[in-house]
Amino acid sequence: MTDGTYNYAYLDEQTKRMIRRAILKAVAVPGYQVPFGGREMPLPYGWGTGGIQVTAAIIGRDDTLKVIDQGADDTTNAVSIRRFFAKVAEVATTTRTEEATVIQTRHRVPETPLSEGQILVFQVPIPEPLRMLEPRETETRTLHALSEYGVMQVSLYESIARHGRISKGYNYPVMVNGRYIMSPSPIPKFDNPKLDRSPALQLYGAGREKRIYAVPPYTPVKSLDFDDHPFEIETWEQCCELCGSKESFLDEMIVDDDGKRLFVCSDTDYCERRRTLPEAAE
Amino acid sequence: MYVAVKGGETAIAHSLDLLADKRRGDRDVAELSLEQIDQQLGLAVDRVMTEGSCYDRSLAALAIKQARGDLIEAIFLLRAYRTTLPRFGDSLPLDTSAMVAERRISSTFKDVPGGQVLGPTYDYTHRLLDFSLATEGDRPAAPTAPADTNRTLPRVGDILEREGMLEPPPLDEASEDLTRQPLTLPASRPVRLQNLARGDEGFLLALGYSTQRGYGNNHPFVGEIRYGQVPVSFVPEELGFAIEIAEIDVTECDMVNQFAGSHDVPPQFTRGYGLAFGHSERKAMAMALVDRALRAEELSESATSPAQDEEFVLAHSDNVEASGFVQHLKLPHYVDFQSELVVVRALRAEVEARRQQAALDQAAE
Amino acid sequence: MTDLSTLGPGLADPSHDAQQLFRAILDATSHPGRIVSLPAAPAGPGMLSAAAAAYLLTLADGDTPVWLAEPFDRPEVVNFLRFHAGAPIVTQRAQATFGVVAATTPTPFDDFNLGTDAYPDRSATLIVDVPNLTGGPTRRWRGPGIDGHADVAIAGLADAFWHDWATNHALFPCGVDIVFTAGAELCALPRSIAVES
Repeated sequence: MTDGTYNYAYLDEQTKRMIRRAILKAVAVPGYQVPFGGREMPLPYGWGTGGIQVTAAIIGRDDTLKVIDQGADDTTNAVSIRRFFAKVAEVATTTRTEEATVIQTRHRVPETPLSEGQILVFQVPIPEPLRMLEPRETETRTLHALSEYGVMQVSLYESIARHGRISKGYNYPVMVNGRYIMSPSPIPKFDNPKLDRSPALQLYGAGREKRIYAVPPYTPVKSLDFDDHPFEIETWEQCCELCGSKESFLDEMIVDDDGKRLFVCSDTDYCERRRTLPEAAE
Repeated sequence: MYVAVKGGETAIAHSLDLLADKRRGDRDVAELSLEQIDQQLGLAVDRVMTEGSCYDRSLAALAIKQARGDLIEAIFLLRAYRTTLPRFGDSLPLDTSAMVAERRISSTFKDVPGGQVLGPTYDYTHRLLDFSLATEGDRPAAPTAPADTNRTLPRVGDILEREGMLEPPPLDEASEDLTRQPLTLPASRPVRLQNLARGDEGFLLALGYSTQRGYGNNHPFVGEIRYGQVPVSFVPEELGFAIEIAEIDVTECDMVNQFAGSHDVPPQFTRGYGLAFGHSERKAMAMALVDRALRAEELSESATSPAQDEEFVLAHSDNVEASGFVQHLKLPHYVDFQSELVVVRALRAEVEARRQQAALDQAAE
Repeated sequence: MTDLSTLGPGLADPSHDAQQLFRAILDATSHPGRIVSLPAAPAGPGMLSAAAAAYLLTLADGDTPVWLAEPFDRPEVVNFLRFHAGAPIVTQRAQATFGVVAATTPTPFDDFNLGTDAYPDRSATLIVDVPNLTGGPTRRWRGPGIDGHADVAIAGLADAFWHDWATNHALFPCGVDIVFTAGAELCALPRSIAVES
């Protein structure tokens, strides 16, 4: 902000240093949740304050920022966060995945493959993958320390016993570099394979829970499964009504009172590119 | 049909305009001034300062005005401003025995040195709506004795303590700051107290109440509640001695609780402590009850009730965090929901297929 | 009292320079073995390289005690870090968030905070100031951030250093992290990286 009321990128320099140190430790121990002194942000907890703090600590005037929510650049929360950074960090913004140096996201990984040098910042509501199995932080911390993940295996197995399959659609747990079980944030499991050995750096920020974690580029990220029940992603019989894609994650919309459904790409940039550039649709 | 998710920017701008309009309300009604809020809605200002962790009456009044009286929203506004302020350091601990008390009561003794001072309290009002307040009018000033600023008011707890009947206050523990460091468990008592001081009054009230109903009872008595003005002192690095930088209003509650004693410690009374900005007795008392409940482990009591569960209490006391996370459910979740739809449809299809197969098998028999 | 007349300048534009430096450091840390040039690195005080000084100005402050090995434990370095970063200088390695050692510092890893299994993030980071980031014996690095392997040839380090590193790496998730600095260049070696001799 240029009126001198707030520091560049909103956070004061000492807070940025604290977050930067946490980010470096997070990169050094992939998948481990680093506690950090999360600050109150001018946006509500649960609305991306962790992602915003991470972005504020890394972003500079040379960056080009893309913000998505549910894969779309124009959902209200994405608009609000993009406006915030355009204002406080004087940063260029884009909707094009390949033009962005920093992409802040809620609930999706872009369909367009990311490249080396890009940073993907995830907004995380509950960073602890074991939280719904064990609500106590004191317990889950010990389980991570001991690499004692039986409780997660049992939970997935119970799902198979009950439903014949792992009935988890989003926030599907992953194992990072063979050591830490990690919450990929509430992305659909459709996006999990994109995390594996991605050339981009993944940073995860949980503001209310005050945790930062990371997956460095080219790091193995395995979705948990069993030999006889391998991990699989969502598929649709339909293709995108707008661009015809059969490969992208589709949003289902109810378009009339009789409940007629229409399917379109969740990633608005990917969909628009396919429509405007016919060769992209090939 | 794609309109539903397009045009977010314009929609947000219009929503903000509508909100500002709604905040002002009927233009024929005079606009509230910050002074009016400070003077006539002073207890709301006190709560916002307490849970906002920022002692500034006019900023709190502004936050209340901007939030249209939604105090949790006002607390959030004040916190988000506070977090951007530079920090100069820690003040010295307040000396509440030097308080110029407007109110001071003890329920453990009929009389105490300095006397029982009722001061302004709702305690003895009959909760009858005063319809004379519905119209503006002259309100006569209350007769008051001149405040005795030279007199120190010994704390009731200190008197009991000299006798060995009440545990001494804890030794100074290194101060931490929850607004700069993440909570780590188990937490020290200063950290717990900071968390409770910032915690939601309603949440602490319910927890404190639960201890009285048997969920972690510790037989509380109000050793003392005092409300009044205390000086704040600070030692600047470059000076090396304390200077007084402000006077603030605080409410302090020293709750005295039974303690059966243990192997090494003879029975004595123990303390639960509460402190709030301004005049906030309900908050200070609830805080003191919960503080004492959270000491269960330290005092070798069995910790089986919610109010005694440190992680449960400290993780859920903050209304800005809670309000944000509850209300974030309003954000679009349609991608995750789509994921769930795909899973549930697949599961239903499998069940249906099994049923049809079973029907076929039965028909074939 | 700090003698300001002999004090070199810190970051010219503290907010934006620190941001650019941090991104270069983050790039290096997330691509172990990659040599990054630090933009806007001021000259280091005394024997300290510009890159080591820039690293500390970017990340150290009053909350992060710094321990200095012998060639750096001099008034010009101490004053520089105290004045520009506000960092406390400590005499015990175990207290340090950042340790600054030279390629020739004996037992460079000993006594630094390794973190715990519950809190591995609490370990120290060592800044190892070396003569050169290239030209030494080539070693093969593997691990998170590296696509396959990286061949790195840090100069000036004894074999014992890499023996100690193997021990440190084996402590994962505990262990110290390293940044090698020389001139205005930096190369990171997080604890997650295995180094083949």
